[in-house]
Amino acid sequence: MEKISLNVNNKMVSVEVDPNTPVLWVLRDHLNLAGTKYGCGVAQCGACTIHLDGEATRSCILPVSSVGDKKITTIEGLSAQGDHPVQQAWLEHDVAQCGYCQAGQIMTAAAFLKKNPDPSDEEIVSAMNGNICRCATYMRIRQAIKTAAAAEK
Amino acid sequence: MKQVQTNLDRRSFLKASAMAGGGLMLSFSWMAGCTPAEQSSLEIPEEWFALNNYIKIGANGVVSLMSSNPEFGSGVKTSMPMILAEELDVNWKNVLVEQADFFPERYDRQFTGGSQGIRLAWKPLRKAGATARQMLKEAAAKSWGVPASEISTEKGTLIHKGSGKKAGYGEMASAAAAIPVPEEVSMKDIKDFSIISHSKKNVDGKKIVTGQPLFGIDYKVEGMLIATVIHPPFGMKIKSVDDSAVKSMPGVKEVLVIKTLESDYERNFFDTNAFNELVVVAGNSTWEVINAKKALKIEYEIAPEESFVMAGWGGKETVKVPSGLESSDGHRSKMAEMAKKNAKVLRRDGDPEGAFKKAVKVLERSYTAPYLAHNCMEPVNCFAHVTADKAELYGPIQAPEFIMRTLQARLGLPKEKINIRLARMGGGFGQRAYGHHMVEAAVISQRLNAPVKMVYTREEDMTNGIYRPTYTATYRAGLDENNNLIAFHVKGGGIPEHAVHADRFPAGAVDHYLAEGWEINSNISIGAFRAPGSNFIAGAEQSFLDEVAELAGKDPIEFRLELLDRALNNPVGKNNDYDAARYAGVLKLVREKSNWSDQQNSKGRGVAAYFCHNTYVAQVVDLRMEKNNPVVDKVIAAVDCGVVINPDAAANMGEGGIIDGIGNALFGEMTFVDGVPQKNNFHQYRMIRQKEAPTSIDVHFVSSEEDPTGLGEPLFPPVFAAVANALYSATGRRLYHQPFVNELKLSKTSL
Ligand code: FES
Ligand code: FES
Repeated sequence: MEKISLNVNNKMVSVEVDPNTPVLWVLRDHLNLAGTKYGCGVAQCGACTIHLDGEATRSCILPVSSVGDKKITTIEGLSAQGDHPVQQAWLEHDVAQCGYCQAGQIMTAAAFLKKNPDPSDEEIVSAMNGNICRCATYMRIRQAIKTAAAAEK
Repeated sequence: MKQVQTNLDRRSFLKASAMAGGGLMLSFSWMAGCTPAEQSSLEIPEEWFALNNYIKIGANGVVSLMSSNPEFGSGVKTSMPMILAEELDVNWKNVLVEQADFFPERYDRQFTGGSQGIRLAWKPLRKAGATARQMLKEAAAKSWGVPASEISTEKGTLIHKGSGKKAGYGEMASAAAAIPVPEEVSMKDIKDFSIISHSKKNVDGKKIVTGQPLFGIDYKVEGMLIATVIHPPFGMKIKSVDDSAVKSMPGVKEVLVIKTLESDYERNFFDTNAFNELVVVAGNSTWEVINAKKALKIEYEIAPEESFVMAGWGGKETVKVPSGLESSDGHRSKMAEMAKKNAKVLRRDGDPEGAFKKAVKVLERSYTAPYLAHNCMEPVNCFAHVTADKAELYGPIQAPEFIMRTLQARLGLPKEKINIRLARMGGGFGQRAYGHHMVEAAVISQRLNAPVKMVYTREEDMTNGIYRPTYTATYRAGLDENNNLIAFHVKGGGIPEHAVHADRFPAGAVDHYLAEGWEINSNISIGAFRAPGSNFIAGAEQSFLDEVAELAGKDPIEFRLELLDRALNNPVGKNNDYDAARYAGVLKLVREKSNWSDQQNSKGRGVAAYFCHNTYVAQVVDLRMEKNNPVVDKVIAAVDCGVVINPDAAANMGEGGIIDGIGNALFGEMTFVDGVPQKNNFHQYRMIRQKEAPTSIDVHFVSSEEDPTGLGEPLFPPVFAAVANALYSATGRRLYHQPFVNELKLSKTSL
């Protein structure tokens, strides 16, 4: 057990955990931030995607001890009112079915659009290929990303 | 307007008094579970007036509608309240939707599965809405001293034209709650619908995109322990558990072995569990118990043959579970052997063998498909808090009614003392109909005397059985000298069940018809998987018909339409389980929408049609090969599900079913060696991803005033064949064995 300080959604928090604990479980079990989801635990599905200093990162394989003073952003902190352009586009296209994968999809998409604000269809597909959606809402995910990109222009 | 009797479902109309306080077991505020239908902020009234179990109205006119069915992603939490709101005649903006607990005294059929939610709720929900509207009218009539028949409603307002009087529903709600339930009410004409058939957004949309806790796995209470489980390979059981390395690990509280069902318990529907004895590690946090699980030393031994009594379709059945360690290779050779033997005749019309002898051309083909894992994105989990005199459960469950009986038997508590709360499910696909996880969590909580959230790791989830069975089917067709189909034979088998639906198309369209089935026992457990049975047999049958059409020198759509014409005008036999006109309707619509007759489009194009779960679907897939990989460009679907409640969400469901079908046709497969599932996570089990999804999908609905039917399943089964037929068109090769990626010998990395 170790006391670790983290910057999560622009707030400093501290937890006392095994330093190997993946950030996913620190968020879910210790910080009451259950928006970040567990899907595979082995970096294969993208459900646990967060931003680490703005970079889309798989929190299920990220030991909490490796975070240091990098800033963690989770789905709960992506926007103050749930009105990030990606979130809005997701609502506009009514993307979700079960909804379980969508936090990860949105976090991946938001980080991607920040780097590539005007992506081609192919770039969208490649960027999102790591995020599984068992309900297969893939068409709407693509469309929503295009809408979000257009909205930010 | 159509008059309907209300008296058939009195239990939906328990009066307000019985509702006060929210009932005996509603231990937490219902407000936590309710969501405004639209992204407006509604002012929550101080007092609600319940007009029936589904509808509450506040004095300020805000309406709360209860969504009674479990939600697993098919959108019932939005579409079912839309039906209530339509007949109640309110403004959707003023609606809050609340998720009901399992409460059979109040709600009909709280079951999600079989694509039956909308079909079976259609009439009761319309009636509940119309009844509440009538009670509001009668309240206004009393207060204004005019006949109720002169009062009309408009989006939450009561209007008396003669006197010019108007009132919001909220103003009359308290009086309406005291009005006796009318014996007869009138329902709207379909042409007057302003909510139904007008797309509404997912009522949980905002919570989903902002990461609010909605799922069982997100649940947390003070003092809760986390538990995870370990199960043996198939055909084995626990011999010993060495927890010496684990007990002292940080955060670990307890290692125990639980028995989910008692040995003498007579199982119900959906009481399938692959492993009745599990090793459990419980502790303070998920990571700690997952770590501890890895350090456990467990020895397994061969499980003896076992049999138990279980409720089946035809009453009680004795299920035999054989002993032994099974492998996919062994399954294949056993199935090949069985396919040669005599099988059970399921239907025979005319003289099939005689007709095959007379036939000028005969085609025979065999098809196979492997076991599939459901792989819901949310792994199996459940929260339970069991004390000496009551039990509280919260988790993903499609069939709470069935697991309630199991819980009663296992916990020895009456059902009034067991509360099952319905979490939003992170996928279901049939797997969540099997509520063993609820019993497991309850037993763990009882043993540990603490609130517990049990969470399976992905690995435990994927290797836990309840798989889609492995299937095979051999088809034969006989054509006469004019290329008419005169004889048809299907012989299907599977482990542990076959997928033949003897009365489905083309039964009824062929004079000489034979359907047979055979089954092989296994200790690998199976369960419902999106469109059970159909998810294999549609692909086999519709691939075969494509090949028969080719042999007959006919266009594949024209060939099917000819058969449907026969079934419509001069059907063979009586029990034909489809409406030939509606079947033909979707084929014609897909032909038109895909420009089928344009020969320029024909390369890489395949068609298929199927009817299951009360809905008709036809699909055309366009694909091309790129470096030996199939690239699906376009899928066009035509669907007849009667009235479409929520069109945009219906299209979403259709797109999902189609992509899921493409994924499973190309990649889906679970294999076994000595009882051990050979895939335990997504690095091994290939799921369809963004890159393999089609470039576009168009779902077209037949415009219809027929009562609505479901959409969760019907778009899934035919895609398998549409893909196979398109691959044939693109490559000149027919594919018979799923997953097609193996048959195409594609390099897995290049796809
Ligand atoms: S849970 Fe992290 S990638 Fe799947
Ligand atoms: S919406 Fe269900 S997994 Fe993506």
